[in-house]
Amino acid sequence: MILHRDDDPSQRPVLLETSSFHEVTEIIAGPTETPLTTTWILLLMLSGSLMLLMAGLFGYLFWEGTGIWGINMPVAWGWDIVNFVWWIGIGHAGTLISAILFLFRQKWRTAINRFSEAMTIFAVMCAGVFPAFHVGRVWVVYYIFPLPNQMGAWPNARSPLFWDVFAISTYFTVSLLFWYMGLIPDLATMRDRARGTRRFVLSIFAIGWRGAARHWQNYERAYLILAAISTPLVLSVHSIVSFDFAASKVPGWHTTIFPPYFVAGAVFSGFAMVANLLIIAREVFGFKKVVLMHHLENMNKFMLLTGSLVGYAYAMELFIAWYSGNLYERFAFYNRALGEFWWSYWWMVSCNVLAPQLFWFKAIRRNLWAVFVICIFINIGMWFERFVIVITLHADFLPSSWGYYRPSWVDVFTFVGTFGLFFTFFLLFLKFLPQLAIAEVKGAMPEADPHHLPSAGHSAGGAHH
Amino acid sequence: MLFPKWTNKVPLVLLASLVVLLCFIVFAFAYWGSPKNYVVGYQPVQPIAFSHKIHAGELGLDCRYCHFNVEKGRHAGVPPTETCLNCHNIVRSGSKTGTAEIKKIHDAHSKGVPIQWVRVHKLADFAYFDHSAHVNKGVSCVECHGRVDQMDEVRAAQPLSMGWCLDCHRNPAPHLRDKKLVTNLAWTPGGDPAELGREFMKKYNVQPRTDCSTCHR
Ligand code: HEC
Ligand code: HEC
Ligand code: HEC
Ligand code: HEC
Ligand code: HEC
Repeated sequence: MILHRDDDPSQRPVLLETSSFHEVTEIIAGPTETPLTTTWILLLMLSGSLMLLMAGLFGYLFWEGTGIWGINMPVAWGWDIVNFVWWIGIGHAGTLISAILFLFRQKWRTAINRFSEAMTIFAVMCAGVFPAFHVGRVWVVYYIFPLPNQMGAWPNARSPLFWDVFAISTYFTVSLLFWYMGLIPDLATMRDRARGTRRFVLSIFAIGWRGAARHWQNYERAYLILAAISTPLVLSVHSIVSFDFAASKVPGWHTTIFPPYFVAGAVFSGFAMVANLLIIAREVFGFKKVVLMHHLENMNKFMLLTGSLVGYAYAMELFIAWYSGNLYERFAFYNRALGEFWWSYWWMVSCNVLAPQLFWFKAIRRNLWAVFVICIFINIGMWFERFVIVITLHADFLPSSWGYYRPSWVDVFTFVGTFGLFFTFFLLFLKFLPQLAIAEVKGAMPEADPHHLPSAGHSAGGAHH
Repeated sequence: MLFPKWTNKVPLVLLASLVVLLCFIVFAFAYWGSPKNYVVGYQPVQPIAFSHKIHAGELGLDCRYCHFNVEKGRHAGVPPTETCLNCHNIVRSGSKTGTAEIKKIHDAHSKGVPIQWVRVHKLADFAYFDHSAHVNKGVSCVECHGRVDQMDEVRAAQPLSMGWCLDCHRNPAPHLRDKKLVTNLAWTPGGDPAELGREFMKKYNVQPRTDCSTCHR
């Protein structure tokens, strides 16, 4: 017997609580058409000034050199790399939701995909600035591309740092294309509702979308292709980021568990960030009819899964360090947990392993306050995870070269400034673009089902033939 | 319809021009931005119209008479005013410039200030170069500085870029000669330079290194 979609809660059509296509358009496109509110302007000014702070500090770095950061031997990778990996990780939920969940026909993703794709793009931008400046002389950063040059030298194709450049730029490009392509039908919807300049601008970006069957056919095909391209990216990007560490010989970094463990961690933190942002936006913009409790709950389950995977990875790292019998490896982990930076290790464990375990309880999964706080902790924990990893450098093979690491004020404010960058773009997105995928949401409504009978309604499970 | 039909082509045209523009930028940097273009031919005006053509070419002075450090250290060195005075205490006027230029040597000497020669060849601080390592293995000045003995004013003849250094380090044979001939810029090998060079490679045990720490220490 074929199950009707309604029988399986995970496949339930998204929009049980709305009545018509028109209402969906109103809910989603409406906020982009109202005049700017004072709160929005104030928030934009706040995040804009933080972004300027970041720009100023990078200008200072440009002038003075990387010495103004806390990095020095033996810890030559400091907050900048921590922040880079953290932001890239945040960016992971986007592709996972838009690509993998799409291929698995998880319809509930339509409620959150636009949002998380936007978040991915902005997070990757925040991530990208760190390595660009970390190279020290950002004006020759083009050396990482294989361009002809006076040195007669090409980038080292055996270096993970080089793979990283391509992994991340591919990821960024594909995410951007994916996001934009999904936007086209919605931009056309907004265009049709608009007048004057707004209509003109929107029609440029809607590139002539008329909603013809032919358009939809191409659209679906392109969407599928992009989803197929980005599916391996979800796994590859953070694997390659982990190679930056794993391909070196530093004890505590040189482990084969890194790629899967990084990917799980990335998805984990990405979902936490999406949940945080979504909970706010849902309240502020009144999307409760579209972003259902059940969607947030699904995300929490994802966090429970990936959080447990991360916890397993931590345990396995400890076990292997002991089991390998390698003195340096053992010391690296002993030192992480009980050495000078013990506090960061325990922040990491409590936020990443313990906090998500609360999601076993349905009551907590459905309590948005609790979810919000837990997600914040997850993000803190994931930041500490990268800190713990990077800081392993402070005590490597030779005790004579051990040292301590302290970030400088520039490190701290640059990181704060990247939130400015992130939220500036995010606020602009919230105001000027449809925050949820209008067309896709409609596609997931009972009315879009060819078997849908208006009279019988969607509650009649066996209404189709 | 908001836009006329031709606008359909706009995105394509934009994309194509972007590709062309990017290629052009890369080409522009690689061609005009290369030291082959902006280093070669650099010829600053010197405070005294000292001519290598007269001194090294016509008078036949050996380079090491003035650049005495070239076999011993990293730097060839530029001679002190006293070296000029060895002759110019006697030679008080030249055939081209008369006494005007030579008088400057005496002025500098009596005032006790060194002559402010303008540097022609200069590597960045992060590149390590050693004259003695080259000259003592049979690499002539002419390989890197060109026919200085025919220049009135010294002019950079080679790009001194890393790619250029490496070209020779990877295949030094055609650039080698007898150690005794390194300052003889007019010398040419009778036969195949590579064949002769291989002989000297064996004789002097020449093995230029190409790992980064050779020149970036
Ligand atoms: C009479 C002394 C004298 C002799 C002999 C001489 N030089 Fe010089 N050389 C100078 C002086 C003085 C300068 C600095 C002024 C200038 O650059 O023209 C100089 C400059 C140079 C420079 C440019 C240095 C820079 O600034 O980068 C090169 C190369 C050079 N000489 C090569 C040679 C070679 C090769 C020979 C032998 C063929 C030679 N010189 C013989 C005196 C001499
Ligand atoms: C070996 C002797 C000798 C040394 C050393 C020497 N010169 Fe001369 N120089 C001469 C002679 C000989 C002439 C005259 C050539 C001519 O008749 O034009 C001359 C000519 C000149 C002239 C005039 C060129 C002209 O044609 O007007 C200048 C300027 C000059 N020398 C500068 C220098 C400087 C600077 C140094 C030191 C770096 C120097 N010389 C070292 C022998 C020497
Ligand atoms: C392998 C190439 C090479 C050879 C061979 C070579 N030079 Fe140079 N020379 C250089 C480079 C490169 C510089 C710039 C050095 C720097 O900036 O540190 C230079 C600089 C100089 C200078 C400027 C002052 C200094 O020492 O930095 C003089 C003078 C000079 N060379 C003379 C000579 C003479 C004379 C010979 C031959 C006996 C010679 N060079 C052989 C590459 C060479
Ligand atoms: C024309 C050939 C040639 C060129 C051009 C050349 N080199 Fe060399 N280089 C050699 C040879 C030959 C050796 C000697 C190798 C040996 O000792 O076995 C050498 C050796 C060296 C060494 C080794 C010194 C040591 O202490 O071991 C350094 C450093 C070096 N070169 C730097 C440079 C730099 C920098 C440049 C470019 C500015 C350059 N070379 C251009 C031929 C060249
Ligand atoms: C034979 C000597 C030599 C070797 C070997 C060498 N370099 Fe260089 N390198 C140079 C010289 C000379 C320059 C240019 C200096 C200048 O611009 O004045 C340079 C410049 C560079 C620059 C450009 C820096 C800048 O900002 O312009 C980089 C990067 C560089 N080298 C990296 C490397 C790497 C990586 C390796 C090893 C694969 C290497 N080099 C090996 C001689 C060398």
